[in-house]
Amino acid sequence: MDHQPQPESGPVQDFLNAQEPRRDFFTQAAAVVTGSILGIVPLFTGLAVFLDPLRKRTRRKDGESAGTDVEEGFLKVTALDGLLQGGAPRRYEVIDDRTDAWNLFPQEAVGAVYLVREGEAGVRAFNVKCPHAGCSVDYKPEASCYQCPCHDSSFNAKDGSVANPNSPSPRGLDELDVKLVDGAVWVRYQEFQPGTSHKVPEA
Amino acid sequence: MNALLNWLDDRTGYKEFVHEALYERIPGGARWRYVWGSTLVFAFMTQVITGVFLWMAYSPSSTTAWESVYYITYEMQFGWLLRGLHHFMAQAMVVLLAIHLMQVIIDGAYKAPREINFWLGLILMQIVLGLSLTGYLLPWDQKGYWATQVATKLMTLVPVIGTKLQRLVVGGPTYGHHTLTRFFAMHAGVLPGMLIGFLVLHIAAFRRHGITVPNPLYRRDSMFWPDQVLKDAVACLGVLMVVLLLTIFLGAELGAPADPSQPYSAARPEWYFLFLFQFLKYFPGETEIWGALIIPGLLFGVLALMPFLGKWKLGHRFNVAYMLIMLAGILLLTGQAWLEDNRGPKAADYQRAVADAEMKSHRVRELIEISEGISEKGGRALLRSDPKTAGPELFKTNCSVCHSFDGHDGTGRPLEKVAAADLGKFGSRDWLKGFIVDAGGPKYFGATVNGSFNGQPLGDRFANGAMSQWSKQHAPKMTGEEVAAVVEFLLAQGDRADLGPVDQELAAKGREVFELGSLDANAEGAEDRACLQCHEMVIGGAPLGTQGMAQAPELTAYGSEKWLRDFVLNPGAPHNYGDRNAMPSYKDRMSQEEFDILMKWLRRQWLERKPGSAADH
Repeated sequence: MDHQPQPESGPVQDFLNAQEPRRDFFTQAAAVVTGSILGIVPLFTGLAVFLDPLRKRTRRKDGESAGTDVEEGFLKVTALDGLLQGGAPRRYEVIDDRTDAWNLFPQEAVGAVYLVREGEAGVRAFNVKCPHAGCSVDYKPEASCYQCPCHDSSFNAKDGSVANPNSPSPRGLDELDVKLVDGAVWVRYQEFQPGTSHKVPEA
Repeated sequence: MNALLNWLDDRTGYKEFVHEALYERIPGGARWRYVWGSTLVFAFMTQVITGVFLWMAYSPSSTTAWESVYYITYEMQFGWLLRGLHHFMAQAMVVLLAIHLMQVIIDGAYKAPREINFWLGLILMQIVLGLSLTGYLLPWDQKGYWATQVATKLMTLVPVIGTKLQRLVVGGPTYGHHTLTRFFAMHAGVLPGMLIGFLVLHIAAFRRHGITVPNPLYRRDSMFWPDQVLKDAVACLGVLMVVLLLTIFLGAELGAPADPSQPYSAARPEWYFLFLFQFLKYFPGETEIWGALIIPGLLFGVLALMPFLGKWKLGHRFNVAYMLIMLAGILLLTGQAWLEDNRGPKAADYQRAVADAEMKSHRVRELIEISEGISEKGGRALLRSDPKTAGPELFKTNCSVCHSFDGHDGTGRPLEKVAAADLGKFGSRDWLKGFIVDAGGPKYFGATVNGSFNGQPLGDRFANGAMSQWSKQHAPKMTGEEVAAVVEFLLAQGDRADLGPVDQELAAKGREVFELGSLDANAEGAEDRACLQCHEMVIGGAPLGTQGMAQAPELTAYGSEKWLRDFVLNPGAPHNYGDRNAMPSYKDRMSQEEFDILMKWLRRQWLERKPGSAADH
């Protein structure tokens, strides 16, 4: 078969076929522009809505002064005496109001942390999410380390640093700010982007 | 009839179209080796048909997706078959795709003038993989939820736009309603639409250049219809049979509903993505992007360049060798991933996670059947408020600092140290008997020698305390019936539904022993033995007998939910351990809801299917 264009239907083909009696440039340009607008209006409107998740939202709570520590982002996790000195890290859920698009789920687990007692009045908190790809790590008492069940990263129990140098995780577990108020442990719960050697907070 | 068809042809020209579609000449005759493209079209058609019907029953949102899939699978007639067909045909499609691609490479069908069609095929492959990835999430079970999280997290590795890209795909900062609405729109709208478009181009280009015939003189030429069509149809039937068998004998699984707060250690991608999953393990630190994006991208790039590489003298051989090496690599990585999950040193953890996942998926089904439906809070809430499944984790976090549970931490893992009584069978006949006979033993107060309270080691305060000494002194002197009677009497106070009916006669005798120390009024030292000497008890509003020194915990309604709550919240209250207390109060340790679950779990108070009503299919 030689190179004759296959006769196909469709607007482009019609447009090309219509060239025989040579129309002037402006007619063609006008047709193209008009045609484009017809497509662009619905497409761009749709895209605008599609891109909505990129818009920065002010968190509902930021404007309020409800809880004493809400503005700092600290959440109460547990009582200090639940953590033994020299004891193994313990996993606690972090409870906060959770928004999911049109739903508000009041006081639900929004994440989890491992707490480790350090000395008399010290507590360290680590986000349970592996900085590699976001799986939840498990504490393994027999090896005194946190183990990621997905790609085998492991982290030291006390400071969350990478334990096995072959771990795919680019950094140790993400440590979170902790403060102790009246025998209770408060944690500033945050999530960080995976895959980077430095902690970059998720917006 | 003929007149009607002629009329139709006159108006539409369909005969020429049909003729062109069916009477394509096949040089060398119809052959089995040409069936693979057709099986893929068949697989796709099956997906469209079953997909549309699934769509009619599916509801994409984080509170309804799992629930609607549950309903399709277990409640709607033949729902399991519809979902199974869709589930396994998707997997068959990936296998057929690989076979088709390999054949194209081996036969050199990527060479001029079919380059464009080769690229169209690669695009189609990407679309199919995209369909598979998006479809994996839609049931919104734990497995799909956690495995897909990894895939979307990896998107952030894309330079510059990564985080924005991920946010657009996920539809917000975290997984939720909009992740599902977006994935579903991709899965049921955008991707199938693109696939149809590219498939039309693919088939049109294929028809333009005809079939790639390795040996045109193999046999007499034949036509597509009916020779090749029959072979294609038989091959498609074979595919359908395999898919049906998998559906009937394996069934499309549905894990427990996705719960962001419940970690899932058994998360794995679909089996045909396992090699990528395994590949990631070899890239430490910031080299992750090489394993996740760059190397897979380059390898795929070489594949796309095959039409050009093929022009080189040894090009075709190179391409075939490249394909075989890739295949070997994929098989090797997949095998390695399988080995690590099934045979390696970490296999036990993975297997335990899988068993736990299966237990939860079974349990949620049981809960739905017992409660005859799912509340508007969804399946997730059912599991979260179920003491049987939520209790162990709460015990592990809150109690296993000191207490063991049947020797482990509640979830089945060993404990480093035990510093208080084992609560595994708390309140049962065996547990009570063990306590009476050997209160200072290692399963009871004996363990407290390892404990400390307010920074002070406990020493043998309990291990050799009044109750432990009582056990040593008095228990050996009691008859078997006396011990059993006290046990039955204490059991009766707890109002436990799970321990079988109380033997009222025996319990009445037990009360006598509790008050008087023995069933035999003349027994030696019976008075010192009476529980009432130290433990107060009120039954029906009236205190028992003459009260003793009341230096030990009051046992009114011992083991009941009310007693347990009070004991755990106020262990240091005068009517509990008082000054000698060594257990921290559990006020403010956890939410009210969590506390309720823990109390119920310790008393094995949860919904169970009545025996004999199990309905599995």
